[in-house]
Amino acid sequence: MAAPSAKTKPPLGTAAKSRNRRLPPRDRAVVIAMVAVPTLFVVVLVWVPAILSMVLSFGAWNGIGDLDQITWIGTKNYEDIVQIYPPFWPAIQHNLIWLLFLFLGPTLLGMLLAVILDRNMRGGRFYQTAFYMPVVLSLALVGFIWQLFYSRDQGLINQVFNSEVDWYGDSSVNLWAVLVATAWRHTGYVMLIYLAGLKGVDSSLREAAAMDGASERQTFFRVVFPVMRPINMIVLVIVVIESLRAFDLVWVVNRGTNGLELIGALVAQNVVGEASRYGFGSALAVIMMLISTVFIAIYLRIVFKEERR
Amino acid sequence: MSATATAPDRLRAGGKPPRRAEGGALSRPRGTIATVIMAVLALVWLFPLIWAVLNSFRSYAYTQQNGYLSFGGWTLDNYRTVWQDSGLGKYFLNSLIITVPAVILTLFLSSLVAFVLARFSYRFNLTLLAVFLAANLMPPQALLIPVYRMFRSIPLPLFMSESGTVLGSYWGLIAINVAFQMGFCTFVLSNYMKTLPHEIYEQAQLDGASVWRQYWQLTMPLVRPALAALGTLEVTWIYNEFFWATVLLGGQGDKFPITSALNNLRGQFFVDYNLLSAGSVLVALPVLVVFFVLQKQFVAGLTLGSTKG
Repeated sequence: MAAPSAKTKPPLGTAAKSRNRRLPPRDRAVVIAMVAVPTLFVVVLVWVPAILSMVLSFGAWNGIGDLDQITWIGTKNYEDIVQIYPPFWPAIQHNLIWLLFLFLGPTLLGMLLAVILDRNMRGGRFYQTAFYMPVVLSLALVGFIWQLFYSRDQGLINQVFNSEVDWYGDSSVNLWAVLVATAWRHTGYVMLIYLAGLKGVDSSLREAAAMDGASERQTFFRVVFPVMRPINMIVLVIVVIESLRAFDLVWVVNRGTNGLELIGALVAQNVVGEASRYGFGSALAVIMMLISTVFIAIYLRIVFKEERR
Repeated sequence: MSATATAPDRLRAGGKPPRRAEGGALSRPRGTIATVIMAVLALVWLFPLIWAVLNSFRSYAYTQQNGYLSFGGWTLDNYRTVWQDSGLGKYFLNSLIITVPAVILTLFLSSLVAFVLARFSYRFNLTLLAVFLAANLMPPQALLIPVYRMFRSIPLPLFMSESGTVLGSYWGLIAINVAFQMGFCTFVLSNYMKTLPHEIYEQAQLDGASVWRQYWQLTMPLVRPALAALGTLEVTWIYNEFFWATVLLGGQGDKFPITSALNNLRGQFFVDYNLLSAGSVLVALPVLVVFFVLQKQFVAGLTLGSTKG
C-alpha cells in the first residue's frame, strides 16, 4: 500500500499513469465528503472526548452548571486516587487477576481447541458450534445464566454440594465465580480467531514436514506455530484490552463493589452514582486510557506491518 | 492437490523417502482421546444454556418443593408471565429501534471510508485507518464522562427526545454505537475492497463514471459478501451492547434495549430463577437464531477481521 506505483500496470494511455490522477472538482468534493462525514463521527464522539477526559482529570467538577464551575486542582485527583481512594488498588489487582486468568485459562484453552479442531475431526463442526455459542450472548446475559449456578438458595452448585456459599455475593470467591463465567464466553472467541489463522497455514507445508519425517509436535512448533505468531500478538492485545474494559458482568452482579471492583466500573460509579465527581472519574478514565494506548499502539503496528506485506 | 504441492517440496528437501505420513487427520489412538475430551468439553460448554432452558419450563412451586435437582413440574407459565407482565415486548422493540439504524449507518459510513482507502493512495491513508481502528479499541469507560456531559448539554426538540436532550435519547446511543463500531468495519471492508482488481476502476474512469458511481454501482455490489458477514456480526454486537445503553439511557428505564432492561427487571420482577431463566432464554433467542441461521456469515466476519482479507 505504501508503494502503489511499484506495480507496473498495462499502459492504458496517460489516464492510468497513477492511481492519484487529479480528480475533477466534483469528484474531489465527493471524496472529501466520503472521508469527512465518518471521520467527524469518530473524532467528535471518540477522540474529542478522549482529550476532554484528560483535561477534566485536572479539575474538580460535579457536572452541574457550566464549565466555569470547574476548579483546577492540578494533579490532586491522581494523588487522591493513588493515596486515599479505597477501591483503586483492589481494582487494579482485580484487573490484573482478570488478565492473568483470561490468558492462562480460556486463551490457552481456546488456542488448544483450535489446534485440535483444525485437524479433520469427526463431529468437528458440532464441537466448534458448542464452544462458539456463548460468544454470541452478551456478557450481561452470561451473568444471569450463571446466576442459576451461583445463587445461594436456588443455585445448582449449592444444591449439588449441599453448601451455602453465595458465589456472587461473598467477596472472597465472587471474583473467581465471575471469571469462570467470563471464561465460558472467552474461550470460543479465542478459538475462532486461531481457527481463522490456522486456515492460513498452507496444508502443503504441513504435509511436506510430515514427509520429511517430522513428528506431530515438531510440525506444530516448527511449521504451524511460526505462522501463528501475528495472531498470537493480536490475541494478546485483545485479551489485555478486554480485561481492561471488563464491565458488564460485574455491573450486573453488584455494580462493581464488594470484591468485584474493576477500573471500568469505578469510572461509571463516579458519574452515574449519587456522587458525580467528574474530575475524579476522569482521572480514573485517563489511567485506563494510558494503559490501553500502549496496547493499541502494539496492535496498530502489527496490523500495519501485515498491511505493507 | 496435495500430491502436486508436496512433490516439489520433497525434491527440494533432497528427495527423502516418506517415513511417516500424518497429514490433516489425527493418528488413531490420539484421535480417540481427542474425541472423548472434546465431547466431554463440548457438553460442559452446552450445559449452562441447557440448564437455563430446562428450568425455564418448570414451575417455581415444583422446584421450590423438590429442589432444582428434581425432574418434573413442566409448564409454559414462566414464558407467559414474562411476556405479559414485564413488558418484554416493548424492550425488544427498543432493541430493534437502536440496532437496525446503528448497523445500517455503521456499514454505510465505514464503506465510504473503506472505499476511499482502497481506491486511492493518499498520503493520509494510514493515519486515517489508525484513527478509526484505534477508536474501536478504546475502552468506552475512558470516554464516558465527556460524552455523558456533552449529550446532556445538547438540546433536542421534544418530539425527538422525551428528555429534551441527546442524553436519554436513541439518537445519542445510536451515534455512539456507530462511532465505536466503524473502526472494525472500515478495516475489514477496505481490506476486502483492496482485493478487487484496480483495472475495473480504470475502465469505469474511461467510461466517465463519477467517483460516487464507482462506489455505489461498482464496488458496493462486489463487496456484498463482506457486508453480509459484517452485518451479522454488528447486529449481535450492538444488540448485546450493555455499557452505553445502561449509562446513556439511565434515567429513562423504559427506553432500555432488552440487554440492559433485563438487568433492571431483575430484582423487581424476576423474583425467582425459573422466571429469570425464561427471560434469559427469550433475550438470547434473537442472537441464537441469527447465529444458527447465519453461522457461516458470522464466522466469515471474524475471519475477515483477524486475517488479511
